[in-house]
Amino acid sequence: MEGLDEIISEFLVESYESLDRLDRDLLALEDAPEDRARLGSIFRTVHTIKGTSGFLALSKLEKVAHVGENLLVPLRDGELNLNNEIADGLLGMVDAIRSILSQVEASGTEGDEDYLELISRLEQLRHSPIAVPQVESAPDADEPVIADVPASPAKKASAPDSKNGESANASAAVNDQTSGSATASTAKKRRSPSSKTPSRNAPKKSSRKTTNTPAPSEVLTDPVALALPACDHANDPAVAAVLSEADTHRVPVPVNAPSVPQAMLPTADPAAAETGADRGPSLADSSVRIDVALLDKLMNLVGELVLSRNQILQFAQNSDDPAIAATSQRLNLITTELQAGVMKTRMQPIRNAWAKLPRVVRDLSNSCGKQVEVQMEGAETELDKTILEAIKDPLTHIVRNSVDHGIESPEVRVAAGKPEEGTLWLRAYHEGGQVNIEIADDGGGINLERVRNKAIEKGLITQEQAAAMSDREAVQLILLPGFSTAAKVTNVSGRGVGMDVVKTNVEKIGGTLEIQSVFGQGTTLRIRIPLTLAIIPALIVTTDGDRYAIPQVSLLELVRLEGEQAKKQIEYVHGAPVYRLRGKLLPLVYLSKALGTSGQRSAGHSEGQHSALNLDFMVARSRHLAWKGRLRNFLDGRETMNVDEAVSPKACSLGKWLYAEGLQQFGHLPKVHQLEKAHAEMHATVGKVFQKHSQGDMEAAEQLAKEVESLSHRTVALLDDLKETAEGTDAVNIVVLRANDRQYGLVVDKVNDSAEIVVKPLSRQLKGLSEYAGTTIMGDGTVALILDVMGVAVAAGLSAEHRDQIHTAGLRDTGRSSQGTQTLLVVDLGDSRRFALPTSMVARLEKVAVDTVELTDGHEVIQYRGEIMPIVRLANIFGGTDSGDPESSELQIIVYSEQDFSCGFAVNRIVDIVETELNLQKSEGRHNEYLLGTTVIQNRVTDVLNLCSLARN
Amino acid sequence: MNEEPRSPAGQQHQYCTFYVNNLFLGISVQQVQEVIRYQEMTRVPRAPASIRGLINLRGQIVTAIDLRCWLGMPERDSQELPMNVIVRDGSNAVSLLVDRIGDVIEVDESLFEPPPSTVEAGLRGLIEGAYKLPDGLLLLLDTERALDECDTRSSQTARAAG
Repeated sequence: MEGLDEIISEFLVESYESLDRLDRDLLALEDAPEDRARLGSIFRTVHTIKGTSGFLALSKLEKVAHVGENLLVPLRDGELNLNNEIADGLLGMVDAIRSILSQVEASGTEGDEDYLELISRLEQLRHSPIAVPQVESAPDADEPVIADVPASPAKKASAPDSKNGESANASAAVNDQTSGSATASTAKKRRSPSSKTPSRNAPKKSSRKTTNTPAPSEVLTDPVALALPACDHANDPAVAAVLSEADTHRVPVPVNAPSVPQAMLPTADPAAAETGADRGPSLADSSVRIDVALLDKLMNLVGELVLSRNQILQFAQNSDDPAIAATSQRLNLITTELQAGVMKTRMQPIRNAWAKLPRVVRDLSNSCGKQVEVQMEGAETELDKTILEAIKDPLTHIVRNSVDHGIESPEVRVAAGKPEEGTLWLRAYHEGGQVNIEIADDGGGINLERVRNKAIEKGLITQEQAAAMSDREAVQLILLPGFSTAAKVTNVSGRGVGMDVVKTNVEKIGGTLEIQSVFGQGTTLRIRIPLTLAIIPALIVTTDGDRYAIPQVSLLELVRLEGEQAKKQIEYVHGAPVYRLRGKLLPLVYLSKALGTSGQRSAGHSEGQHSALNLDFMVARSRHLAWKGRLRNFLDGRETMNVDEAVSPKACSLGKWLYAEGLQQFGHLPKVHQLEKAHAEMHATVGKVFQKHSQGDMEAAEQLAKEVESLSHRTVALLDDLKETAEGTDAVNIVVLRANDRQYGLVVDKVNDSAEIVVKPLSRQLKGLSEYAGTTIMGDGTVALILDVMGVAVAAGLSAEHRDQIHTAGLRDTGRSSQGTQTLLVVDLGDSRRFALPTSMVARLEKVAVDTVELTDGHEVIQYRGEIMPIVRLANIFGGTDSGDPESSELQIIVYSEQDFSCGFAVNRIVDIVETELNLQKSEGRHNEYLLGTTVIQNRVTDVLNLCSLARN
Repeated sequence: MNEEPRSPAGQQHQYCTFYVNNLFLGISVQQVQEVIRYQEMTRVPRAPASIRGLINLRGQIVTAIDLRCWLGMPERDSQELPMNVIVRDGSNAVSLLVDRIGDVIEVDESLFEPPPSTVEAGLRGLIEGAYKLPDGLLLLLDTERALDECDTRSSQTARAAG
């Protein structure tokens, strides 16, 4: 079976299913011969089998199906009425097909049988409008008997008392049916010797030949072919009659004939069953078709199970019982495996999406007069069914583009020294939890000059921008909307939609699209998509007491501005808040405003948290001071105090607040524990004061009261401190997001965590809300909304007009423009030489431990965010003394990143960040290729580095 | 939804009844999946006012529609917690928030009458009719309509917001 062609095995599975359906349909048809719809369905099924077998060069199968189809035509058109003989003939055809299929499955060939008799019988049936009982006339003695056995009791049973006997009747029918078949199979055995009698008619003979084939394997695979012909065609209508009888009584009996003999066979022929055991199940048995809705339901249930598991695990952690711990661990393991298993059921090989591409390529290349060979690698790579569906169209489009625009005509190729036949590679592979799909051709590649010119012509970029653009950036231009027709740059005319639509579609499912092209050598498009959409990584944030999930694919980075910094760094452009993110203006969207929840808390938070916080601190502070006043009065003898109350740290108002809420609310801050300690100590000292006081030792009491005073000061100071820290946690959290081509910062109250979430669609009542992409259930069982990054931006009024601004702005920034002010990062390489670099080129500043630096092939690298990043010590290039601080165990790294490539530059020290008018002068050093120029910063001559060229080298 | 065709008098229908403000309402038991106590829910900002939030019903996310709001009645007292009548909406489920649950009652088809024309136009569109019971009127809620309307209202809100 392993050696079977994929297509054939798929055809087999499908055909077995169709055959089962044919059996059912034919049987049902006998009951209602006028059922045109059913006839049509039968016709189509047979037609499909015929067509496919023709395609697969299974000529016998095709022949058999063909005559069957011919017979069905007059039936369908009403020129012929179905009778027993015709039904027999058709069922005989079904059996013949089944037996050929099992031959194909077992040996890969159609076998020796030629089914000529069946074919001629079917032909005959077609030409005898009132079917002559030609077949019946065959002088076979057992035939009518067997035919009668199952049919008559069933009829009898149902006749006398249809109401009472309904179920009994039905089961009787089933019994009859089985016994009928049993008789059939046994009968066959007995009759075997006589079967050589020439009087036997066509189907019997042909099928018997199959029966007599010594291969036991076949016997098992195709019990129907065995059982049915043996007891002759007359058995079929009998079974049919019984079954339809059962059917009318609405008993859930499997209405397909084959199942019964199949079940019967092992008892009828144990030897065959035994031999069959080591053969393994047939193809049809080893796969099941399942409704996707059922899978989704299972998926949901598993999601629920995961939640319950999480809760159980939490309980188990608090329990001391080792049995519970062990059980919950097992539960944990099994649930995880179950989840993975159910996830896998949704997975399909990418082959399914690729299947029609060779055809597309063939048709298209023929029509353009090109020769293209398609090569597939990694067709087994699996991904989620929904994603598979979603990438079908983009893939087709890209492939068409490649053939149409990429691969040249044979003459051009030969002239360019390439083989006449172009090659199109389709590759798929897993990498880092994502699926990579590459569509590569060895065609002409993209002429970047023409792309640039076209973009300028279309007004998408300016002349300067074009000049400043690297090749890498220029290639991406073809993904811009409005560039679709500009695909003419390569040749022929643009077809259908533009690449921007492809890009949008890929991004819709959380993927990215990337182009690499070498002019004259070919183009590679790489699509990276997540494995599944059903479970996605997301960032959980809180705003106004509600939690929201943000899909991680749109997340660029998180920025946190604390206290004062927050107020200063958020600026306003005509009322619109912006933040300078490494020199670029990042429009800000306040989630609470975008969703219109500002100020209103979700249920359970009637007051703004901030004001509640203030209130708590102020009240606690003033009460504490008041209480201290009372203590003074007590010592002066002006007031009495409840000793127990004064001594207990939990009884005073500060204590009450601290133990009821404070510790809980601010438990994560170390200050609150210091406060608690100081407060308890103070009360303990108060206890001593009372003790001395009651003993009359006033002096000692006063002494201790002074101690109380200092402890009280400490308590109040800590309380104030805590207040400040607590308010500090109210800093501005900016979630930098990417929506299509723009970036914006989403301001949220709190960034909680990242989590894998199960995405559930919005109910239809909420479908209209573009702010949300779906819903999910959080670990604690509450529902959270998943934000639609694009929708939130639109809701917040970031209009789509800026769409490309960021893109082009980005290009401008990385360019070598020397006008206007720029923010520069000033670094020191150790030998008093200063270097500066535009902050726009800096992705990130990192400090890494020196011992994390590893060596590969003589180069220094570090593991950075799951990838290997090369480290370049700038001092080595520019001749500084790197070992400025040999004691330092940390390396200051400037991370430069471009598309999927990052590079780290090690410097000695970050000196400053300055904003300055850049007046660059060409530098004349031997390293000037790495320098943008030289300028004066803070009265010192400073070389401005070009990280782009440094990184590339 | 799966409303049986109205046949001659004498046919019995079962209704799940509940109270919203001063109204005694009913929906066919066949539409009701279950009735549950008040649940914590997640509000949906920007959604129409009648959509109170989302409930996690054993892993199924259910949209809760407040019938008071939807029928244009005053909000219920914050102390009073509504009950959830979970009705099926295709393959999904929707919760109708009501004040109080009544019995499941069986009423005779002959007692049915289309909504009287004096009923306020807004409400009239939302009820299919009334059963004249001995101790008052049972108004039959048009749930299909309720769910559809929420649908369109939400898209309108979205459009207005966008």
